[in-house]
Amino acid sequence: MSAATTTTPEELEPRPNRARAASLWILDRPLIMLGVILVLLLIACQIASPGYMSAERIGTILQFSAPLAFLAAGQTLVMLTAGIDLSVAATATAAAYIMAGQASRGTATALGIAILVGLIVGLINGVGIGVFRVNPLIMTLGMASIVSGYLTVSAQSFVTGVPLVPDFVRELAVGNLIGAAIPKSLLLWAPVAALILLGLRYSGYGRTLYAVGDNPVACRLAGVRVWQVLLVTYILCSVLAAIGGVLYVGVVNAADLQLVSPYLLPSVAAVVIGGTSIFGGIGGYSGTILGAIILVVLDSLLTLLNASQAFKQILYGFIILALAWLYATSTKRV
Amino acid sequence: MPFLEVQNVAKRYGPVVALKSADLVVEPGEVHALLGANGAGKSTLVKILTGVIRHDSGTITVDGKPVRIGSPEGARKVGFAPVFQDPAMLPDLTVAQNLRLTRTDIGATREWLDRMELTVDLTEMTADLPLPTLRMLDLARALARDPQLLMLDEITAALPSDLAEKVFAVMREWRDRGRSVLFISHRLAEVTANCDRASVLRDGRTVGTLVPKSGEEEKIVELMLGTTRSELAESIGADSGGEATVVEATAPKVAVGEPQLEVRNLVVGDDADGISFELRAGEILGVAALEGQGQDLLFDYLAGQRRPSGGEMVVAGRPFSPRTPFEAIRSGVVLVPADRMLALLPQRPIRENIASPLYNRVSRWGPINRRDETRRVQKAIDALSIDTRAQRQARRLSGGNQQKLTIARWLAAGFTTMLCFDPTRGIDVGTKRQIYALLRELAEAGAAVLLFTSELPEIQLVCDRTIVVYRGAVTGEMPASEADEPALLKAAHGLGKVEAAA
Amino acid sequence: MTTVDEASTTVGRRGFDARRVAIRHGWTIGVYVLLVLLVIGYAWALAPVAFTSFDLGSIVIGALPLVFAAMAQSVIVISGGIDLSLGVMVAVINVIAASLMEHQSFATSLLIAFGLMVVGVVIGAINGGLVVLTGVPDIVVTLAMSFVWGGVALVIMRTPGGGAPNAFQSLGTGTFISAWIPSGAVIIALVLAAAWLPLRWRRPGFAIFAIGSNRDRAYLSGVNVAQTRVMAYAIGGFFAAMGGLAATATTGIGTPYAGNFITLNSVAAVVLGGVSLAGGKGGVVGPVAAALCLTLVPSIMVFQGIDPNYGQVIQGALIVVVVMIGGLLLLRERS
Repeated sequence: MSAATTTTPEELEPRPNRARAASLWILDRPLIMLGVILVLLLIACQIASPGYMSAERIGTILQFSAPLAFLAAGQTLVMLTAGIDLSVAATATAAAYIMAGQASRGTATALGIAILVGLIVGLINGVGIGVFRVNPLIMTLGMASIVSGYLTVSAQSFVTGVPLVPDFVRELAVGNLIGAAIPKSLLLWAPVAALILLGLRYSGYGRTLYAVGDNPVACRLAGVRVWQVLLVTYILCSVLAAIGGVLYVGVVNAADLQLVSPYLLPSVAAVVIGGTSIFGGIGGYSGTILGAIILVVLDSLLTLLNASQAFKQILYGFIILALAWLYATSTKRV
Repeated sequence: MPFLEVQNVAKRYGPVVALKSADLVVEPGEVHALLGANGAGKSTLVKILTGVIRHDSGTITVDGKPVRIGSPEGARKVGFAPVFQDPAMLPDLTVAQNLRLTRTDIGATREWLDRMELTVDLTEMTADLPLPTLRMLDLARALARDPQLLMLDEITAALPSDLAEKVFAVMREWRDRGRSVLFISHRLAEVTANCDRASVLRDGRTVGTLVPKSGEEEKIVELMLGTTRSELAESIGADSGGEATVVEATAPKVAVGEPQLEVRNLVVGDDADGISFELRAGEILGVAALEGQGQDLLFDYLAGQRRPSGGEMVVAGRPFSPRTPFEAIRSGVVLVPADRMLALLPQRPIRENIASPLYNRVSRWGPINRRDETRRVQKAIDALSIDTRAQRQARRLSGGNQQKLTIARWLAAGFTTMLCFDPTRGIDVGTKRQIYALLRELAEAGAAVLLFTSELPEIQLVCDRTIVVYRGAVTGEMPASEADEPALLKAAHGLGKVEAAA
Repeated sequence: MTTVDEASTTVGRRGFDARRVAIRHGWTIGVYVLLVLLVIGYAWALAPVAFTSFDLGSIVIGALPLVFAAMAQSVIVISGGIDLSLGVMVAVINVIAASLMEHQSFATSLLIAFGLMVVGVVIGAINGGLVVLTGVPDIVVTLAMSFVWGGVALVIMRTPGGGAPNAFQSLGTGTFISAWIPSGAVIIALVLAAAWLPLRWRRPGFAIFAIGSNRDRAYLSGVNVAQTRVMAYAIGGFFAAMGGLAATATTGIGTPYAGNFITLNSVAAVVLGGVSLAGGKGGVVGPVAAALCLTLVPSIMVFQGIDPNYGQVIQGALIVVVVMIGGLLLLRERS
């Protein structure tokens, strides 16, 4: 009785009844479920505050979702490998702060430096987790401490000239492309999202990523050097976080040392709601995008309801739990 | 009145039926064997009786009263004491703590240990104790509960013969006390020597109950397989000759006679001279051995999982010392492991499983060539006749299909030497047939195949030649024609070196 | 290969085997050695000002809430879970205590304290119950619940305030018998002896270790896995409540943000204290010392004139390096 699996002969599927088939169909397509939830939330907003929905509103929602979507993108990749990155907020903050501080050197340089911050943090995370096999929770937790502590300590030394948010970034973050509904940040977000979605599905790296999350032992036997995959993934995650931080500071237009920390837990929540398993091997970015938008709209709704900060938080927590439960039960069918 | 009566018990997992109708009657004062090939439902029935899962229908009666066993604690309450193949001892607790956890009387346990002439320090962490010790401990623990029915699941697997003898002695004593023993095993010799009656499962049903007699093992096999040994052999031979599928092997067809793989003095056990043999392209070389004689290490070294401490390996004339599986694969040496959980991506679809080695290096991380991938994957699926109905997740496939996936990976990626470590363990007979037929085809197409199987009788059916390993040394080497079970068993126990007839 | 192993099958110990004790508890011993070294370092950093009992006391006072949080997290992690809402739970108990205890007598405050210990158990049990019921991974559940409990803390007390009777505060800030024995330390020892050790060396403790060690085998051994998991979280809740009470005693007020760094630091203390994140291994005693160490490092830095924010960096680096070394040792052992 050693094996956990039962080795049994297969049998043909019993004829399913209509209702069961329909619910299975929806549960097999979590994106539709998420879309429905989003629409319901928007309707609720409209009811709470007539006139809520407008072209501008769509633009604003997208603007606020973009930074979170970048943080959550990296988090998605990492969680697909059955890992987690709790340093994304610290990295985002550091990248944003340093970029603002170095803005006097020219926008391109400042942006380059921001990306560099992400690269370095991701490299250290990747080496620790991939090569030294440190638990991702601990490694990224430690890095978060190191990064935010170091940032606080050396805050002054990162500032050459007047710290400011470059116009380019500001425009990218809050400017509008077509009318009021399509923000300029989509110019950045859409291509990156497409790259991630296509990459996950149609590239060798994407395949290997899912495989590593599903069964790293099998990967090793198939010749995959797992540490390589982990290293690259954590680097990508931190770089995406850095971009998210840059966008965020563009939206908010003020850099401070705790800038992005409120987005840490939502970055994990967006991924979980979006249907990616925390144990890896299954999921994707499309759900995460919807998850991020849902969280932003949810926040909006709670504000409209004139809920106090406290009630907002309580409801936020419960809804995340409820959505995660929904996914847990829906993926339990044999 | 029988102590345990199982009638018409059934269990299904969604569309998969694990048990159709199982029956079992165990009398007090008897040692009853439960037999069946893997996939027959044996493990499911055992899980039901030990309370790990619940049955869907049918009745279980203990001492004349119908019961519903819902949990391991429930099984304990009706007087069952199981001893699992994987001892249910917590590695991070001491022995004494384990006993207290299960509310087992320490004194009684110690008595049984004494009776079996075993000395165990109860303050040792169970993680520090070797497997045979843990098994015996588990047995003593079960006995200390004074159960009515002792359930021994593959207890003699990996157990040295002196300890196995103690187990049999205990079983006899238990029977003489008027209690019962349910003995679950693959080892027919042990069954015929120690059991009073035997029930055989096949395809989820109990197909017969008989009195096992030494020398009549063939009858049991017939019941288990639903076919005779010779029929099985014929069907394998027919398959490999008849089909026209061409299987890709990346190596240019090397003339048979060229050694593809050479192993010289590879140290895998006690013997300092180690193992030496040659494997030629186009042949299937069998490795026969009892448990733990060094074959695990041999395959680990060849597959790049471990570095050998002594000896050398040569592939296609070049020194071969892989430090990782990747390096072995790069030299064309691939591994099909016994435990398919090591080689499967359970939540990924069939296609991704089969294609996984294709992207194992950074240079292949770019965009996927769909057409090439489809071609390779489809060829592998066809060659193995993989049932693709449960497309979405590999874990939904049957055990046999899952094992086919682990082989299909290499068909798609290409290889020169295939190492198969017990590839048909726990597989139903039909799939076994297909896999063996495929191996013959691969050999015919020029691949070199090294096959270890724990089922000695099947060596003759598949291999061209075989070596026998005992305690890290080759104790026999013979062509298939001479590799019948008695000859193999003799060499496998290190009795008299058997050489190939000159 | 008939007989196995050395020694007798006599009950319990076979005499004091120093080597085995050293191996089994090596890590814990190591952490305490580190603690002593750090205290010495602290005293040295103070120079030329002398190291007085006041300084020893302030070390304990500053670390008290984290010590309890570390104890809470240890139990939960040993059981195979994790609770990322511990810091917030500390805050909740803190604000309730400060609201209720203001202007009360010592006796009443004690009653309130005991009541809040029960509340802590309940909150912990709710967390555990949700983890078991929903089947959602514990990281996600406790992350979500940290929002919920955080909101509850805010509802009870929007801005820092409240108070506690002086006698109650002295439980955390005072000394016991000698000036060199901080009462906080006494309370830690009492709680360990009265609440944890009796569980640890009996079946409940074995069950907690068992489910962390190998859940399937624990189930086969007859352990009620669901119940034990909830119990572990409930015990964690109890210790978290102690942490909240400690925060009330040591600061004299309540603040909804009391738990800010406590959650992450509790995980760090647990890892540094020798508990395996995989579960089943370790203890509660090690993380107590680890929590004290973690609090000492920034204090030492302050006295050396180093920016205390470097303390965060050092803390983070310390955790990472320690775990890397641990990982390397494991890898070496395996091959």
